[in-house]
Amino acid sequence: MTATAHAEPAGHLETSTGLDSRKLAIWTFIGSECLFFATLISNYLVHKETWLSGPGPFPHEVWKSPTGQVFEPIIEIPLVTLGTALLLFSSLFIVLALAGAQRGSRKMLVGWLAATIACGLFFVGMQVYEFTHFVHKGLTLHTNLFGASFFTLTGFHGTHVTIGVIWLITLWILAVRGKIPPAKSLNLEIAALYWHFVDVVWVVIFPVVYLIK
Amino acid sequence: MEAHAHAPAAHDEAAHPSAGLYAKVGLVLFVLTALEVGLYEITYGDHAGPFGAQVQPFFVPVLLLLSAAKFALVAMFYMHLKQDSRLFSGIFVFPLIIAIIIVFSLIVLMAYHFAFAKAG
Repeated sequence: MTATAHAEPAGHLETSTGLDSRKLAIWTFIGSECLFFATLISNYLVHKETWLSGPGPFPHEVWKSPTGQVFEPIIEIPLVTLGTALLLFSSLFIVLALAGAQRGSRKMLVGWLAATIACGLFFVGMQVYEFTHFVHKGLTLHTNLFGASFFTLTGFHGTHVTIGVIWLITLWILAVRGKIPPAKSLNLEIAALYWHFVDVVWVVIFPVVYLIK
Repeated sequence: MEAHAHAPAAHDEAAHPSAGLYAKVGLVLFVLTALEVGLYEITYGDHAGPFGAQVQPFFVPVLLLLSAAKFALVAMFYMHLKQDSRLFSGIFVFPLIIAIIIVFSLIVLMAYHFAFAKAG
């Protein structure tokens, strides 16, 4: 294939679509992830109230099981709201980091990326605390179908956040070393797309799991 | 296939929104989240009053609308679908539509299943 004169990012391989293959790949991955999380959300919605024992089937209120046991509400909305807000802000911070990378502003890139990582770490910490709290209240993966579907859904999301945080930390180290020049900003843009996807999935999970009764 | 030595694509970067617009979108997302939680509080929360009972029939639809608005804002502005190639939008939206159909189909299917199971 010969070199042609057209406007594409530096180092960008020629493709039949004229688009960068790596960006196309991350969008394809994100598309498949939509289906993955749709099945987990469906699973949660279908099964959450179908096994009336232990804490959980009605997580917002005090409820009495058919065996006469009384269970307290287990969901802590203020804490999860804070985690949600920080995850949304982390999406803002990462686009600002990307803008910094594209402009060649290392200070902006490193600073906003650090803020994004801090928000991600808080979110993961919040989820670890929440899971521990639920286990202490007697709700585990094996307690009932609410527990199984809740931990599967939020656990997989938390795993995605954790992978995202690790990815961003590696990019932050590269940024500190000055190894993300404007010509390589696509590396950050791809990670940012993944991070935004993790955010929009939570935008759906938060009302479905924590707000809708 | 070989790498081409081009100048950085100014059109890609110029097409992305400004930091000011990013911040405005962030503010709108924050307000929408506050509205979601506020709606929950006045409908079912500790501050629920007589007004909460009136709001209950609209609670789920309004919450889903607010959630959809947040989803669209992040996808359009932060994921740059508004500015980027329409092929990316297609690759994202097509599975998303299938995903939504899967969720609603399973809910309807299981609702019928449990209705018949209860009826014996």
